[in-house]
Formats: sequence, structure tokens, C-alpha cells
Amino acid sequence: MEQKRIELLRKLTEARAISGREDEVAEILRAELAGHADTVERDAIKNMFVLKGMNKPGPRVMLNAHMDEVGLYVTHITKEGYLHVGKAGGIDDRLLLGKKVLVGKDSLPGVIAAKAVHLCTTEEIETKVVKVEDLVIDVGAKSDKDVTGKVAVGDQVTFATTFGMFGDGYFVGKAFDDRAGCAVVTELLRIDWPFPVIGMFSTQEEIGTKGARVGAWRYTPDISITVEGTIAADIGEVKDYQEVTNLGGGPVLTIKDGGMVTDHKLRKRLIEIAAKNGLPWQFKRMPAGGTDARSIQTAKGGVRAVAVAVPARYIHSPVSLIKESDYENTVTLLTKFLADLAGMEA
Amino acid sequence: MDRLIRTLTQAWGPTSYEEGVRNVITAELSSLHLENSVDTLGNLVYRIPCAGRQKLLLSAHMDQIGIIVTYVDKNGFLRFGAVGGLDPYKVLGQRVLFANGKVGVIAVETKERKTLEHLSLDRLFVDIGATSQVDALKHVGVGDFAVFVGEPVEVGTRVTGVALDDRIGCYILMKTLKAVAGKKLGYEIYAMFSVQEEIGIKGAKVGAWGVQPDLAIALDVTMCGDTPESAILDIGLGKGPAIKVKDAGMIATPVVRDLLIAAAKKHKIPFQLEVLQGGTTDAAAIQTNAAGVPSGVISVPDRYVHSASEMVDMGDVENCVKLLSAVLLS
Repeated sequence: MEQKRIELLRKLTEARAISGREDEVAEILRAELAGHADTVERDAIKNMFVLKGMNKPGPRVMLNAHMDEVGLYVTHITKEGYLHVGKAGGIDDRLLLGKKVLVGKDSLPGVIAAKAVHLCTTEEIETKVVKVEDLVIDVGAKSDKDVTGKVAVGDQVTFATTFGMFGDGYFVGKAFDDRAGCAVVTELLRIDWPFPVIGMFSTQEEIGTKGARVGAWRYTPDISITVEGTIAADIGEVKDYQEVTNLGGGPVLTIKDGGMVTDHKLRKRLIEIAAKNGLPWQFKRMPAGGTDARSIQTAKGGVRAVAVAVPARYIHSPVSLIKESDYENTVTLLTKFLADLAGMEA
Repeated sequence: MDRLIRTLTQAWGPTSYEEGVRNVITAELSSLHLENSVDTLGNLVYRIPCAGRQKLLLSAHMDQIGIIVTYVDKNGFLRFGAVGGLDPYKVLGQRVLFANGKVGVIAVETKERKTLEHLSLDRLFVDIGATSQVDALKHVGVGDFAVFVGEPVEVGTRVTGVALDDRIGCYILMKTLKAVAGKKLGYEIYAMFSVQEEIGIKGAKVGAWGVQPDLAIALDVTMCGDTPESAILDIGLGKGPAIKVKDAGMIATPVVRDLLIAAAKKHKIPFQLEVLQGGTTDAAAIQTNAAGVPSGVISVPDRYVHSASEMVDMGDVENCVKLLSAVLLS
């Protein structure tokens, strides 16, 4: 894969942006798309719109990905200088203990405190899950005064996971849900299309597709493509019929998830385009989860909406995995699809 | 039994595949020569203009619950997920029908038999009589939808069958439109046959935006509390239309509720008041459209909702038509 593409993924996944704190990702995207947009604007809920050719004829096409990631936020600072936290978005409590994190505006390094194994009873080790409300973060402070001005209640806490490559074409990092989508949409927005394009980088998806709901009100498209990082469970302990998607299987097309049924005609067209170009693809094979597309679909008088995703293992955890080929095939499929829509060759 | 009930309930129409139902309705209503349109999501809306009157939106949903195939195993058995609210106990042992006519039977992993109190959909599978994965894939694939199989049957004054939720609402709306055809109405009528109610009242939400009504009435089924050892619910078959006070998704706007009660009293139509703990209807989505729409519901009492053998009372159905007609003519 081109180095430029890899660097975009690195930058986006290492950026810190829990729900409601999406500015860092927005600014990266704004810089990446400089010169490719007629207008870039943020709305009241901080969605970022990248508008291209809004006066052109043809269907208004929305390309959407959400900027926020799951993470934690500070709820209380103890006199001893430890931080209590709450969750923003769905995270499994079992994955939190002992993880390195970054806190607040200065990216203060911290560790989610865990009692040494020597001090735990067998029962604690084998059966007990430490709930998020019982955790503290250790930022190496002696007292609350040590962190004055550096940490405040409400500050975001993100996982300190760096991006990397390993194995046979795998990328490892945090927040592929949905920075992979942000990267794909960025690549699509760098192309000039003969129809109006609304790039919508949305906020607050992880706490209930809030941004998309108001964003699709502001600019209601005819057609919308939401690009996501979605669940892949092609791992040992999971039964074949519950793997949802698999890495290397190609772009994921959702028929039904927990929030919607996608537009049948557009999805069929995506499959035809994939077949015509010899691209792999797969269905999402469990009607669970939800994306911004569910909110876009029901904006005003209704929108023909689909969701396309890069499969990702271990999403909503401190570290996730995607496959290079799935990412590239997603960009290619959507490029070919939009070209077909435009009656262009791509 | 009215043949239209058979035609409507036998039309194949799980959520998002409502075209077959829409075709039945447009064919049946074509003789009324009403202006109609189909929106982006597939809602079918008939309009009876009446200048200067309030816009009244009526809504009955066309879609029915179903299943979606998620996996075809090496022996040709299908795993599936829910389209709408599926109770594993009501699904087990039923036959299902795919769009291409293929029929399957829903069975359970045998080793689960002793733990049926924890039954979940992922312990169930569909057997379409395939001899192998290759054989199965000739007929069905991942993502295919299916619905319960079942002809409607008359049992006394009642009818039992599949998809009475909400084809019986469609039936009532169609019968009402025919009953009031050509008469002077008190409202400008928008009669919507909506899509995608069962997965989160999607159709009604965008349909309401398209119409921008001044008030709304949904026609849908409600559950009953008149069966052995049932949960407490003060609704029974044969006691008349249920006028909704509240369900899990809305409190009926009092002005609409009272309008329905007044019409029932005036025309001596029996009715019951509905306070439902679970479930909701199109009216919940319409009520919060734009700056708000006063909304209520005429519910048809329906036993065994979301099963392959729902049951309604035809006296209730006829009284629903009478009640709705009375409102339109007022």
C-alpha cells in the first residue's frame, strides 16, 4: 500500500477524540482535504462538512464517517491524585485493567491501576470483573494539586495505542472504528465528482448516532454511503456462524444491522460493481450494531442509505486489527461505485 | 372470511420488502381513483383533498416480522437473526417462507431441549430440506429474508393467521376509504400504508415529514390480557376497538384520544381503553414529527401478536372501520 495512505491511517488512528471531543480528528481531516473542497464547515454539534460541487446537477451524495472513538472521561480526581472515570461508548470492562492511557488536553500519560496478582484472591482472578466505576487511573501524581491545570473533570481519556503493521498485511491500532472510515471518505473526497458531494464527518456516533441525526438534517442527500469499521469475529473461540465478518473477506455490506435495513437497490449495485471489477466483498452476517446510516436514512422525507465497512477485529477495545487488502478494496469499490453513478470510467 | 384478509396476509412482505403488499393495496383501491404516491422508503400515501380542513394522517404498516439468514452451514442448515421482535418460543417449530417460495422449518439444537427457559435465537436454525451447503445455496443465501407460513382460518367469529399485525390495520384503512368514498369529509385525508414499522417505525417517520399533518391516527394491533394466566392487560377480544392511552413509545395526545372516545360514544360503538406496557406504533414517530403532531391510535385487539397464529375478532375489526369512518365523516 502507498506510504501516503498508511500515514493517513496512522495519523487518524493515533489522534485522540472520544465522543464530544472530535476537534483533533477534524483538524487532521481539514488539512488532508485542503484544496479538495469548496467549503468546509462545522455545525452546532461539531460535525464537519466537506462540500464539493453543491450546484452541480445529479443526485446529492453524502459520504459519511464518524470521527469519535470509544474511550473514557474523567469523573473525579481524588485527594491522592488518582482519576475516576466513566465510559463514552460501549467498552468491555474486562479490557480496561492495566492499559496505558492518555489524559486531557496535554495527553498526560497514565495507567489504569490494577492490583498486583499476588494480592488477588483466586476468586477475584477467576470470577470477578472490575467495573469501570471501581477503577482509577494513575498519572504519577502525589495529590490532586499535582494535576491542577493539567487534568479536569470531563477531560477525555484515550488509549495510548500506537499504529503499526504486522504479520501478513495487518494494521494494528486503536479506533479503526471509525478512523478507517474517515480515511476511506477522505480518499473519496480527493476525487472530483460530477455530482454534488456532501462529506459528513460526524460526531457522537458512539453514544447514539447523535451527530448524523442533525447533520443529515442540515444537508439532506438523495443517496448516502456510511463507511465504517465493523465487527470481525473470525477468531478461535467464536463459532463460524457468529463471526459476523472476516478479515481478508473484503468490504462489508450491511443488509440489516440493529438499526436499519439498507437500501436494497444501492446495495445490489455495489455487489454488481464488485463483481464487475473482480473485488471481494462480504455481507455483515449478524443483524446487530448500528451506524450513522440509520439516522441519515430517516432524515426528513427519507434517504436511500447504505453502510459499507472495513472489517476490524477487537473493535471497541484498546487495540484493533484490520487488513490492508480490505482497506484498499473498500476504497476501490466505492471509487468504482461513485464513478458508475457518474457514468464515468474510473 | 373476506377474501381481502387472505390476500393481504398472504402477501410476502417482511420489513423493507413491502412491494407485494403495496401492489395488493393499489390494485384493490384503484377503483376509488384517489391521488397517491410512493416516497423514498416506499410508503404508499393516498390523498383525499379537502381545502381549508386540517390534514389528518392515517397510518397502517405494510411490513411484517420475519427472519434474515446469517449463515449457511456445511450441512445446509441456516442460522438466522430477527427482523422485528421475535420471541424464540413463538418461532420454534414454525415454517417460514422465502421470497422465492422456498419453505423451511425452524428447529432447535437438540442438546438445548432441557434448557428451553433460556432459549435464544442463536440456538435455533432453519432446515430447508437441503442435503448439503451446496444444495442449500441453490435456493437461499446469507441476507435472504423469510416470513411465517400460514393461511388465515376462521374460528368462530374470529380469524387466526400470520401477519394480522398489521395487515388487519391495512384492511381497516382500506375498508374505511371505501366506506367514505365520495362523501363529505371533515378533514383532508392522507391515508398512509407505511413501511419498516417493525424495526423502529422508520417509514412513519419519513412519511410524516412528507405529509406534515395537523393530526394523526395510526391503525395497529394491540396485545390481549384475556388468555389463561396472561400478564395483566385490560384488553380482550370482542370488546371493541382499543383506543390507546399509552404504550412503551408514546402517550396518545389527549385531544386525539378524546376525539376517538367521543366518536365511539356518539355512534354507540363499543370500545376499550388501552394502556400497553410494551411495543409502540407508527403514531409514536408521527407525534414527534417537526414541531409535533397530535396523535392517537385505534388498536385492534390481537392475541398472540408476532406469532404464526395471531387472532383477531371480526366484530372488533368491523367496529374499527365504523369508528374510523365516523371520525372522517365528522
